Amino acid sequence: MSLTVDIRHRFAGFALDVSFDAGPGITALFGRSGAGKTTIINAVAGLLRPDEGRIARGKDVLFDAASGTDVRPQARGLGYVFQDARLFSHLSVTENLMFGSRYAPRDRPGPTLDDVVALLGLDAVLTRAPGTLSGGEKQRVALGRALLSRPRMLLMDEPLASLDGPRKQDILPYLERLRDGPLGLPILYVSHAVDEIARLADRLVLLQDGRVARQGPLFEVMADPAAVPLLGVREAGAVIEAQVLAHADDGLSTLAISAGQLELPGVRAEIGARVRLRVLAQDVILSKDQPRGLSSVNVLPVTVEDVHPGDGPGAAIALKAGADRLLARVTARAVDEMGLAPGMACHAILKATTVAPGSIGR
Amino acid sequence: MSVDAAAWDALRLSLWVACWATVLAIPLALWVAWLLARRSFRGKGLLNALVHLPLVLPPVVTGYLLLIAFGRTAPMGRLLESLGLGLAFHWSGAVLAAIIMGFPLMVRAMRLAIEAVDPKLEEAAATLGAPRMAIFARVTLPLIAPGILAGAVMGFAKAMGEFGATITFVANIPGQTQTLPSAIWTALQIPGGESQAAVMVVMACIVALAAVALSEALARRVAARIAGL
Repeated sequence: MSLTVDIRHRFAGFALDVSFDAGPGITALFGRSGAGKTTIINAVAGLLRPDEGRIARGKDVLFDAASGTDVRPQARGLGYVFQDARLFSHLSVTENLMFGSRYAPRDRPGPTLDDVVALLGLDAVLTRAPGTLSGGEKQRVALGRALLSRPRMLLMDEPLASLDGPRKQDILPYLERLRDGPLGLPILYVSHAVDEIARLADRLVLLQDGRVARQGPLFEVMADPAAVPLLGVREAGAVIEAQVLAHADDGLSTLAISAGQLELPGVRAEIGARVRLRVLAQDVILSKDQPRGLSSVNVLPVTVEDVHPGDGPGAAIALKAGADRLLARVTARAVDEMGLAPGMACHAILKATTVAPGSIGR
Repeated sequence: MSVDAAAWDALRLSLWVACWATVLAIPLALWVAWLLARRSFRGKGLLNALVHLPLVLPPVVTGYLLLIAFGRTAPMGRLLESLGLGLAFHWSGAVLAAIIMGFPLMVRAMRLAIEAVDPKLEEAAATLGAPRMAIFARVTLPLIAPGILAGAVMGFAKAMGEFGATITFVANIPGQTQTLPSAIWTALQIPGGESQAAVMVVMACIVALAAVALSEALARRVAARIAGL
C-alpha cells in the first residue's frame, strides 16, 4: 500500500507545490526548516486542508479538492508521532497508550499492549505519569500510543529532534525494529537530520522551498551529485550496504561490499549481518594511480560516472564501485588537473573514520 | 429562638438558591466560554458584552430589567406562570438573578482555562481516532476542570452574596425569597436587630470560608492529576 501526495497550498510568503509517492518501508521527507515538511505531514494527517490537490492511501482517497473529499483525521487510519510527543498529562502512561485503541475498527489488525510494551521497552514506565518521563521515554510512549490505534501507516514528524545524541541512539534501534519487524507499517518520516535518514529510510524525498527537488530510493538519491547542495556539502554522501565478514582483535572489522572489502572500526553488528555504511562525499579522495604507502587501507577501484560542478570551488563526482554508487567531493581545480571525466577509471580512498558507528544500522 | 429560626431559614434558602444557580449555570457558562474561546462568529463581540453586562450594571438595574422581562405582568412572566414556573416573588427567581449576576465571573474563569488548553493535544486525540465529543470528554474537560471549579466557586460565592438584583426582582419575603444578605439587611433596619444580624454575618463568613477551603482542596487534587505527577 502506498501513499500518493499531490498538493498545493499557500501561506503568506510561502507556497507549497509537491507531488511524491511513499511506498512500503520508511519514506523520509528531508528539507531545511521552512521547506514545508510539517505542512505536508499535517495535510496527510488531515490537520491541514490544502488549497488544491489529492492525497490517497492505496485506493482510499483521503483528500481530493476537486471532488470536495476531505476525510476527517479520525477516519484516515494514520498514526501520527509528533515532534513534541503530545502525551496527555492527566493520564498515566498505560492510559495514554490505550487512548486510541477503542476507536480503531475491531477487524483491523494491530499490535496488542503487550506487543508494544515489549517492542518499545516500556515495562518500567507503565504506571508512571507522563510528566515524570524523560524525553526519550515520552517519544517511545507517543510511538506506542500511535501504534495501538492500529494505523495502516505511521507519520513521524522529527520524532528525535528534541532529543540529545545518546537519547537518539536509544530510540533508533526501536525504529529499526519497527521497520524490519512483523508490523511492517509504511512510515512517512520527516527529518532534517541526514544521519537518521541514512540509517532508517528506504526512500527519500528531498524538499526545497516548498517543492520536491529529488525523490527516489535512498541509495540512489544519496549518491546523486545533484543532491549535494540539498543535503549540505558536509552531510552529502552515498549510503551503501555491506556485510560483516570478521571482527579483528585490534577493533577493526572487515566488511564486504560489491567492489571489495573495507576495514572499519566500531562495527557492532554480528558476523554475517548486513549493515549500512555512510560514506561522506568530502571524505573520499580520488587518485588516478594505484595509491601506495597510505595510512588508510580502504582503497576501491571506481569508475567516474558523472562530474557535477557546484556553485563554489567544489565539484561532486558520481562514482561506480562494483554495483554500488559512491559520491566524492573534490575541487574544480582537481577535476581539471586529473582530467576527471565520465568513464574514467581511478581509485577512491576512503578514510576508515568516514563511517560513524551511529550510521551503521540494520 | 424565633430569631435563630429566621436566620436558619435565610441560610437554608441562600444555600438552596446558590447551589441551584451554580449547577444550572455551569453547563451554560461552559458553552459560552467555549464559544468565546474557540469559535469565531458574527456577534461574538455582542455576546461577550452581553455576558459582561451584569458586572458593570448596577445590580438594582439588572433586577429591574428581570422584573420587566419576567414579572407577573410581563408576557414572558405570564407564560411561565401559566406553566407553573412563575419566577417573580419565588425562590426560582432568586436563582435566575444569581445565575445572571454570577455568569460573567464563571465565563471568565472557564474561558481562561479553555484558552490555556493546547489545541495540539486535541489534534493528537483526533489522529488517534477519537470523535469530537470523546476528545472533549477525555482530553479537554479534564484539563479545564480547575477552571470550571474556579468558575463554580466564584458563581457560588456570588450567588450567596447577591443582594441588589435579587431583592429588586423577587423582593424580600421571609421563608420564600429572603436570602441571607436580604435577611441581614432587614435585621439591620429593625432597632435592636444587630444581634440577629451578627448571627447571620457569622453564618455567611463560615459558608464563604468553607467554600474556599473545599475549592482549594479540590483544586490541589485536580492540579496534581493534570500536572501528571
